[in-house]
Amino acid sequence: MSNISADHQKLDPDEALRSNMTRHLFRRISAHNSILIGGTVLGAIVFMALFASLLAPHDPFSQDLSKRLLPPFWMEEHNPKHILGTDNLGRDYLSRLIYGAQISLMIGVCTAIISGIIGSALGITAGYFGGRVDAVITFIITTRLSMPIVLVALAVVALVGGSLHAVILVLGFLLWDRYAVVMRSATQQARNMDYVSAARAIGCPTWRIVLSEIFPNVVNNLIVIATFEVAHAILLEASLSFLGLGVQPPDPSWGLMIAEGKEFLLFDPWIITIPGIALSILVLAVNMLGDGIRDVSAPENRN
Amino acid sequence: MLNFTVRRIFLVILVAFTVSVIAFFLVRMSGDLATALAGEDANAQEIADIKKIYGLDRPLIIQYADWLIDALRGDFGASLYFPETVGELVAMRLPTTLQLAFSGLIISLLIGIPFGVISALKPDSWIDRISMSIAVAGQAIPTFWMGLMLMVLFGLILRLTPISGDESWQHFILPAFTLGYYSTPPIMRLTRSGMLEVLAGDYIRTAYAKGLKPLRVLFKHALRNAVIPVVALASVQFGHMLSGAIVIESVFAMQGIGYLAWESILRNDIAVIQAILLIVCLFYVGLTFISDLVNAWLDPRIRVS
Repeated sequence: MSNISADHQKLDPDEALRSNMTRHLFRRISAHNSILIGGTVLGAIVFMALFASLLAPHDPFSQDLSKRLLPPFWMEEHNPKHILGTDNLGRDYLSRLIYGAQISLMIGVCTAIISGIIGSALGITAGYFGGRVDAVITFIITTRLSMPIVLVALAVVALVGGSLHAVILVLGFLLWDRYAVVMRSATQQARNMDYVSAARAIGCPTWRIVLSEIFPNVVNNLIVIATFEVAHAILLEASLSFLGLGVQPPDPSWGLMIAEGKEFLLFDPWIITIPGIALSILVLAVNMLGDGIRDVSAPENRN
Repeated sequence: MLNFTVRRIFLVILVAFTVSVIAFFLVRMSGDLATALAGEDANAQEIADIKKIYGLDRPLIIQYADWLIDALRGDFGASLYFPETVGELVAMRLPTTLQLAFSGLIISLLIGIPFGVISALKPDSWIDRISMSIAVAGQAIPTFWMGLMLMVLFGLILRLTPISGDESWQHFILPAFTLGYYSTPPIMRLTRSGMLEVLAGDYIRTAYAKGLKPLRVLFKHALRNAVIPVVALASVQFGHMLSGAIVIESVFAMQGIGYLAWESILRNDIAVIQAILLIVCLFYVGLTFISDLVNAWLDPRIRVS
């Protein structure tokens, strides 16, 4: 850092300002870039999921044992009707991949909404009221943080039986901690603003202060965390399904496709490569979008 | 500091207690223990007998108290599938998981800290951008898939490492790396931001000004201060690795408590699940406690608030 300021002193003030602005501009552009790239890729995947029935070349559930394990297009002996090949039951891999996007997105978004509601309610309440209320909610957050997510989620999913809904509910009730922590401190800051005191002074009811004075000031943080939690939930669903305690066959969850392909990994490693790449691209796109939104809306939180 | 520590210990005990309640009731709700013990084709009379023998007809609160007192003595009951007691079983399997998590932690520190330092020394340079981009990309790769791909590449194609099992140290290379890479980005980020802050400090300028060698300033003055919060983070990450081990151990078929937990969940072996859940939670609570203490020792403002 000392080097940089020394460099600046050599330049004339105008130039120093300009170089500082260039740097700042670069940051903003790179933030916009990651929103652009992340958003475009995510948009494409959402489009794919929404129009799955039109885009998928085959029925993702129809089996054809005479066409088991056909290789994808970059390998010899591939079948032009099945661009990404077929799985061990002869189901078209591309169609399963397209339908799988629906599952990942559905779980990511629904989980982020449920946990977002729980977490922000707890966080805003703790931050706004402080005192005993804060102490109790902080205790709840601490307790939640001392429970390993994967282990608890596995145990609970085993309890209710694996299904799409079970995974959404279990993850929704587990992943609220980050919302609560961030919303709590954001609310604590917003609470001490003059306009909040003013609203209180003119006798505004508490629910109205929270909704119209506090909430608009913390909603930025909410959106950023929600984006990251979508990615988090998608990865966890894949892990649960991979372990056999998430989405159940024959549904084409990407995590489950990797689990089903595991036994063919010796001779057909492409069968686990394809859904894994799809998962990574989706999660990367969501994370990039979140990084970009954070950098644009609140650059001070970057590190 | 003493006051802070005492208050924290009180909190830790309270959290540990709550967690034990959750671990007990969560798993208890998952299945009927009596039916599991009696076997699937037992009649109503046999199930009732089993309930009586094992004390399952008593109120849940009393059963919980019993379980907790036994657990505190190290007695976690009997497994439905293994001849060993649950305590012996966990004691047998725990070392593998601890070794795995510990090697994972070492790997993430060995990668995270140097790259964090280099990035902080040259912020916005190509190496800074590349390491941050790799960190962002790495966070998007599911660990179990990473494990499988490494297995294919290094185990099947290059034949450099064993594919699965836990017999020798070579077996730990791939799983430890899989576990470690996922924790590297947070450690790298924290090292970087800590170093940036420390390097801007007056005492670093003084150290340079009085003519100390740059490397000496870097290691003895800057890194020492920047690395303390990283130690705190590392203890929390160690907890995450114990929990992440459940996925990694089942990918690489390693006989640790993660694999044991997964098997036991699949076959409803309640006593084992409860014991592992409790033990991993207690590890979490303990590690968070250590991390809080380190942070408070470092930053007096935390102690007071």
